[in-house]
Amino acid sequence: MVKGIAITGMGIISSIGNTVEENYKSLTNITPGISEIENIKTNHKSHIKVGEVKMSNHNLAVCLKLPKNHNYSRTALFGEIAAKQAVKNAKIKDINSCRTGLISATSVGGMDLTEKYFYSQFQETKNRRFITSHSAGDSSTKIANSLGITDFVSTISTACSSAANAIMLGARMIKAGKLDRVIVGGSDCMSKFTINGFKTLMILSETNCRPFDANRTGLNLGEAAAFLVLESDECVKKENKKVLAYVSGYANANDAFHQTASSKNGEGATLAMKKALKVANLSFKEIDYINAHGTATENNDASESAAICSVFGKNIPSISSTKAFTGHTLAAAAAIEAVYSVLALQNNMVFPNLNFETPIAETNIIPETKLVQKELNHVLSNSFGFGGNCSTLIFSKA
Amino acid sequence: MSKYFINGIGCVSAQKTTDTATGFQDFEELTTNLVSVQKPNYREYIQPSMIRRMSIGVKMGAVASSIALKDALLETPEAIITGSGMGCLQDSEKFLRNIIDNDEQFLTPTAFIQSTHNTVGAQIALGLGCKAYNVTYVHDATSFETSMIDAMMMMMDDGEKNVLIGGVDEIGKFTFETQKLIGHVKNEDTLANGILLSESKGAVYGEGAQFFVLENKKTNNSYAKLIDVAIYNELSEGGLTKKIETFLTKNSLSVSEIDLVVLGINGDVEYDEHYKKLQNLIFKNTAQVYYKHFSGEYNTASAFGVWTACKLIKEQTIPQSLKLNTVEVTSIKNVLLYNQYRGKNHSFVLLKSC
Repeated sequence: MVKGIAITGMGIISSIGNTVEENYKSLTNITPGISEIENIKTNHKSHIKVGEVKMSNHNLAVCLKLPKNHNYSRTALFGEIAAKQAVKNAKIKDINSCRTGLISATSVGGMDLTEKYFYSQFQETKNRRFITSHSAGDSSTKIANSLGITDFVSTISTACSSAANAIMLGARMIKAGKLDRVIVGGSDCMSKFTINGFKTLMILSETNCRPFDANRTGLNLGEAAAFLVLESDECVKKENKKVLAYVSGYANANDAFHQTASSKNGEGATLAMKKALKVANLSFKEIDYINAHGTATENNDASESAAICSVFGKNIPSISSTKAFTGHTLAAAAAIEAVYSVLALQNNMVFPNLNFETPIAETNIIPETKLVQKELNHVLSNSFGFGGNCSTLIFSKA
Repeated sequence: MSKYFINGIGCVSAQKTTDTATGFQDFEELTTNLVSVQKPNYREYIQPSMIRRMSIGVKMGAVASSIALKDALLETPEAIITGSGMGCLQDSEKFLRNIIDNDEQFLTPTAFIQSTHNTVGAQIALGLGCKAYNVTYVHDATSFETSMIDAMMMMMDDGEKNVLIGGVDEIGKFTFETQKLIGHVKNEDTLANGILLSESKGAVYGEGAQFFVLENKKTNNSYAKLIDVAIYNELSEGGLTKKIETFLTKNSLSVSEIDLVVLGINGDVEYDEHYKKLQNLIFKNTAQVYYKHFSGEYNTASAFGVWTACKLIKEQTIPQSLKLNTVEVTSIKNVLLYNQYRGKNHSFVLLKSC
């Protein structure tokens, strides 16, 4: 029997909703969250489309009841909102009733603040409070403090696969008996830094992104946070917890090909998927749905397609990338898609891959373009990042 | 029960630690508030065409990891786990400054590509052609310790026979200036009497890269056994001593059985109190050493502490320049390292001679 580490709570804020329910509604009503950028003043405004959360920092801070002079980055604001939802969803009354940790992922950290106050913090004392908000660990520490977690707190940054590695570490720590409960996920806000970074790489689409389409034009950047609560079997039993789904497989491999580009045959991705299946003790034939990384860049989708073909051969299950809904939310992406994978399992629903028309000739993968209702038992979710990082998670029905 | 032997070590630091002929007796105590590493001969370790493009962090990481692997006679590890509190600061600062100064125009991707926190781990993998597990922890002062915890789990649960772990942080000039603004780095440029006698707030800002090969078997080159690691985001005033005792009990040890404590004292008068309390109370009768007067403070400086401890255990002598007290030890068997930064992110590392 396949089991794994129990997921007992989820929380999310993304461009398609501020709660799990809102995200599910947008996915099933086919309401993507791709729009023109509003919260950041950038020269690229008319040349990019983004998955932006339309709430201002002020409104996010009000939601969290933060004092006026807080020094939260947008990453920390998103993170705390999503993590609190997850803890509430898991019906945790006393966070320290068992050994509880927090593992968060971010690539941007407090870059939004650093770029805003880059020079002014030298002149104006009031802007100096943001200096300590720059580091990646700052958002995790703020989230941990708000939840009352004092034990194991860590932060992972492996570019766009970060949250997958956070979920994986959390699952492994429970399995190893080092923690009883762990809040895992990731948060990344948009910043001029990432917009311009991806712009110089010429992989930002001017229109809505088209994952797995032969004529795809690049990615849409997004911003979001999502967290899951993982608990040991003992915790679940002791508190009679409702299990939403299980993390049954996980793996991380390195493509070791190029700092930013994926290899043509997707070797790292192939290794990650195969290892994750092995950890889950599942055959590739038992995977019912692949929630792909599918960023809609020329390189990723070709490489990921090749890897999927080499793992699944001719038996490719239902597949879709949900990035045309949310944009690519970088370090948070795997956590966002973990929530979607669990929703898929709970509702026996494959979410559509929007804007797809023509398959890539070499691999001929045709993703689901409509909402499909079918029995799902195991969902495989991919996340890949700069530095050759390839991570795969497998979620199984509770 | 799995065993974790430290079989190879590599260190790029403010001292000439890449030079095998250099020992603790040659170390020079830091006298400024900003301390760069002693630049190794990069050509010995990195393809010349790559050197120019790599930031100092990537270069240090490449050199330290290469020395550690060579020291352990290992070609390709089964996992690469890196800790880096601030990541690739120089390229991040460079790209950000260009965005702001040039109003988002005339940008090139190189600095952005190399700015991600996991660049060092990725470049090591790329250099070795290592397709194994590769993760980077970026949680302030416990980034390196999380790498150790992950490595131990890899070897215990997942059956990996060896893991390359390391800590690396580079100086960013902009970050140095901002850290000075808020008093996290000392404002005075020079330290007349060293960090131990410093009466000012803030630390000495440094950089470095330390890598280690962990293996599940003892070799002729083994430095020490890694017994256990614990990290705490926050500890209450009285919680520290209690946590240390619990940590030792969990590992079947008492305070009196610790032969040496290695403390992360960094000369910040505000936060060195955490160490002073231990020095004067539970470890009053234990030999004590410190190391940041040779390395400077950076998020992964505690890896320099582990490197120092490995050397001391292997050499079984404690040089005067590291000592904090006069307690003599005949044999260095059980070694406890304790570190924290600004009262947060406390870590305990337990090493044993093998």
